[in-house]
Amino acid sequence: MAERRFEISRIPGFATIAVATFVMLYLPIAALVTFSFNAGNSVAVWEGFSLHWYADAWNNQAVKDATARSLIIAVCAAVISTTVATLAAMGTTRRARFRGDTFIYVAINQPLMVPEIVTAVALMILFGMVKEATGYQGLGYLILAHSAFCIPFAYLPIRARLEGMDLSLETAAGDLYATPWQTFRHVTLPLLGPGILAGAMLAFVISLDDVIITEFVKSGGQDTLPTYMLGQLRRTMTPEVNAISTALLALTVVLLTIFFLLTRKRD
Amino acid sequence: MSAAEERLARQSARNGWLLSVPALLLLGVAAIGPLAVIFVYSFLTPGQYGNVVWEFSLDGWISILFTRDIFEGTLGLADAHLTIFWRSVSLSIMTTVVAFALGFPTAWFIATRPAKQRALWLFLITIPFWTNLLIRTFAIMEVIRAEGVLNTALLWIGIIDTPLAIIYTDVAVLIGMAYVYLPLMVLPLFAAIDRFDMRLLEAGYDLYASRWQVLRRVILPIVKPGIVAGSILVFVPSLGAYVTPRVLGGGKNMMIGNFIELQFLAGRNWPLGAALSVTLLVIVTAALLIYVRAANRGSNPHG
Repeated sequence: MAERRFEISRIPGFATIAVATFVMLYLPIAALVTFSFNAGNSVAVWEGFSLHWYADAWNNQAVKDATARSLIIAVCAAVISTTVATLAAMGTTRRARFRGDTFIYVAINQPLMVPEIVTAVALMILFGMVKEATGYQGLGYLILAHSAFCIPFAYLPIRARLEGMDLSLETAAGDLYATPWQTFRHVTLPLLGPGILAGAMLAFVISLDDVIITEFVKSGGQDTLPTYMLGQLRRTMTPEVNAISTALLALTVVLLTIFFLLTRKRD
Repeated sequence: MSAAEERLARQSARNGWLLSVPALLLLGVAAIGPLAVIFVYSFLTPGQYGNVVWEFSLDGWISILFTRDIFEGTLGLADAHLTIFWRSVSLSIMTTVVAFALGFPTAWFIATRPAKQRALWLFLITIPFWTNLLIRTFAIMEVIRAEGVLNTALLWIGIIDTPLAIIYTDVAVLIGMAYVYLPLMVLPLFAAIDRFDMRLLEAGYDLYASRWQVLRRVILPIVKPGIVAGSILVFVPSLGAYVTPRVLGGGKNMMIGNFIELQFLAGRNWPLGAALSVTLLVIVTAALLIYVRAANRGSNPHG
């Protein structure tokens, strides 16, 4: 009789719980995606395959506007936050520690630590005053708020990339009489490229997904895709919401896959 | 240090600051600065139709816990507020416990896979982690709704004959938060278990320890920093949760986050909302300080 090998790292029941956890993690998402293709009105009873909820969402002016708004904000926020995060990462890595560097690090990561609802009401009050004083009601407030809370998400992958780069190439460029700007433009920036792109993608995804701060900062008629979806909750749910979710989900998965490929450690 | 070296060091520090200034400015205007506004507002007097009157008052802070009797002017405990605090804290603790109960075996499972498979399992945990929280909340809502996937399936099988009323209860909020925050538990646990030296298990079994004893006396103490980190990473966003209780709890089963919103929208008591925000911020900061200490201990192999 074959004796079962005593596997040292096996703990009875753990594998079962783990597999069950993975199933529980993906089952709701799978159901959400599946019912976006439902022919009927239900998000729980299958009535045949159809793409008409996608067509409905696509032809819905409110969804179109919200999508455009989401993309504009996310692109602006990604560009702005990645730019300032790149500068800050250059300022806080690969140099001797200096007075206040911990402060800078904590300040940059602050949006990760404060509960979003607190920042949201704080911004609502502050921007409310500015709105009243200036009369400006545009998307600028949302872009500003998104740019700020995206900074740590852009900063961390760029910083990680910088820390893995040694200074010798830049020193060599300096020895060859490159100006600091030439060194940055032709040596540092190309090496840092994947880190910057990764940071920008993460910032884009985070901005695209934001609900709470957007909900509190937006002026009337400035729904983004997530706040539009949250608003739909008060009505009867149709698979249209599933279709929008699935599209957003697909976009996120594509961007994250690229992100992982960019930040993958080469052995 | 020579004068030249000193000058270089000063220059390096100056450049470090200069390069960080744009980021700090942006954060100051749209993330850190506004918190000061909240702090100031918590000491003002509520206006009649929302907003505030610029008069100093401690009422915002007092009314967190107490309510003033209109006729006698005496203070009594605000039961409704206490119910919300209690629900927030207890649901957050339960969320953490559930996430740990599922997350620890999951992290262990991932860490003990062959190296090649491990990246894939880890990726499967990371995808939900980065997926829109609202979408995941919707997903779980469609499962537990009265006419949702779960009830439809159970009715069809015949286990139940009336739909389970889960949605818009505390249980629904608990399920939802455990679902959305689970990856935050698994990732730090995995990091801790990944560093765990499996030879210690061998030593334990050689000394006639049972599986349970090895788990309790060897594994858990060593991965404790990971447990603390994961627990706090789940507890903190649970306590400040807004979307999940709003979607799954209905209007009734509020948590602190929704209660804060209520003060600014319908409740029209901005100072109370501001004081609640500051309170939440202080609790979360305290929890994160514990987390930083645990994480530092975790990275120190001799700790």
